[in-house]
Amino acid sequence: MTTTSALRDPAAGTPALDAARPMIRFKGISKAFGSLTVLDNLDLDIAPAEKVALIGPSGSGKSTLLRVLMTLERPDTGSIEIDGAPLWHMPGKGGAKNGGLVPADAGHLREMRKNVGMVFQQFNLFPHMTVLRNVTEAPVHVLGIGKDEAEARARDLLELVGLRDKLGHYPAQLSGGQQQRVAIARALAMRPRVMLFDEVTSALDPETVGEVLNVIRKLAEEHNLTMLMVTHQMGFAREFADRVCFFYQGRICEQGPPDQLFNHPREERTQAFLRAVLES
Amino acid sequence: MIWDWDYAFAVAPKLLDALIVTVQAALAGFAIALVLGLLIALARRSRFLWLSLPVAGAAEFIRSTPLLVQLYFLFFVMPGFGFQMSPFLTGVIGLGLHYATYTAEVYRAGLDAVPRGQWEASVALDFSPFHTLRAIILPQALPPVIPVLGNYLIAIFKDTPLLSAITVLEMMQVAKIEGSETFQYLEPLTIVGLLFLIVSLISALLIGRLERHLGTLRRT
Ligand SMILES: Nc1ncnc2c1ncn2[C@@H]1O[C@H](COP(=O)(O)OP(=O)(O)OP(=O)(O)O)[C@@H](O)[C@H]1O
Ligand SMILES: [Mg+2]
Repeated sequence: MTTTSALRDPAAGTPALDAARPMIRFKGISKAFGSLTVLDNLDLDIAPAEKVALIGPSGSGKSTLLRVLMTLERPDTGSIEIDGAPLWHMPGKGGAKNGGLVPADAGHLREMRKNVGMVFQQFNLFPHMTVLRNVTEAPVHVLGIGKDEAEARARDLLELVGLRDKLGHYPAQLSGGQQQRVAIARALAMRPRVMLFDEVTSALDPETVGEVLNVIRKLAEEHNLTMLMVTHQMGFAREFADRVCFFYQGRICEQGPPDQLFNHPREERTQAFLRAVLES
Repeated sequence: MIWDWDYAFAVAPKLLDALIVTVQAALAGFAIALVLGLLIALARRSRFLWLSLPVAGAAEFIRSTPLLVQLYFLFFVMPGFGFQMSPFLTGVIGLGLHYATYTAEVYRAGLDAVPRGQWEASVALDFSPFHTLRAIILPQALPPVIPVLGNYLIAIFKDTPLLSAITVLEMMQVAKIEGSETFQYLEPLTIVGLLFLIVSLISALLIGRLERHLGTLRRT
């Protein structure tokens, strides 16, 4: 495997990687906004380095699942584990005495978040910072690495996404596709073990979608990252994903390898959804 | 009534001295309003209700009662609770507190204009709440509202005559004292008006410049 020095390889350096232990485990996750149930007792395990595509109709809870994992939303019930460690809970002060876990505090969440990076539909780059600064800000201020090292890392990553020549530009001076590639580099600079992509090409002009997908393709092929991607691009989901999950009303209605899910969907809802998407 | 130049030249130096007091009070009050206003705006956004609700209530109360009443309260009532301050300090605190509730609204508009995605990206990158504010949110929220904040400096300046009610020797107070001694009010009051005009014009000019400067900054 060819690994750019800018990225760490999560499998290497973990001597006894427990093949049975999922990288991410959602257990009984429910989330409601008012009376609207968006996630409904959802279970999902994701293996280390697995690439999972989440598809489904609008409002079925795909983004919310990513946002709960990124700690942007708090689930109402259920638990999430990242590599065996609880995300929204932590061991109580009494330890084993109370036998249990208490709701996570801000410090625990900050520690756990280091494992996860996210790329948004609207890029959300910092408009008042140059491309280089966008990519170095978090490594310097959160990880505490030196400015020189952070800049070296940023250069490698911007090389990886093909934007080595835009270091001094501001986001407003870049095209949508270029901004999104910077956003990918910015997330990677924290060396997360899990990357979340929420419809990252939906806000792009058609001619720049390809350059962003190429970067993601390259990441998927060359690195050991665990990746979750919400997408409406069935073609890309098919070639990128190890597994495709079809969401319907806050549950995973059907899942399987792309071949099976796209070519031989079992559920009627999946068939209807795919028919509707492929016709449009 | 005719304009008496000799008298005008005689009172002008005293009024200029009072102008310095006036400008000092306005600037000090403005500084308090700038800092306190930001704190109020941030407290009102807090998800801790024990913080946001009382601050919101107090700010609304102060904003909807007259500054003159607040100055009287600070000057005549607070000493009863053991808070004894000079008239000048009382005036500065009164101005700062009152106008902080206005600058807080300005800050709020600035903060609201920062897209939610900026906060979310900051969480995703694991920034501390403080770093998020300092490095990501405020640099985007403040530049657009700086001119509006500047206009409140002029507003504060124009409200300083109220401090005469609590015996601060600002321009209005000095003009009144001079006038009552000679029964000639025309000259001192005219000079006071002119001085207010001059300082306000200069401030407006500076704020306009700042605004243009920020405009060019934002375009790049
Ligand atoms: N903060 C919120 N407050 C209220 N309702 C919300 C909030 N966030 C999401 N929702 C609602 O929850 C539902 C599920 O949202 P979610 O974004 O997870 O769907 P999705 O599967 O990503 O859909 P899409 O394909 O349109 O992005 C939607 O109906 C949405 O309006
Ligand atoms: Mg969505």
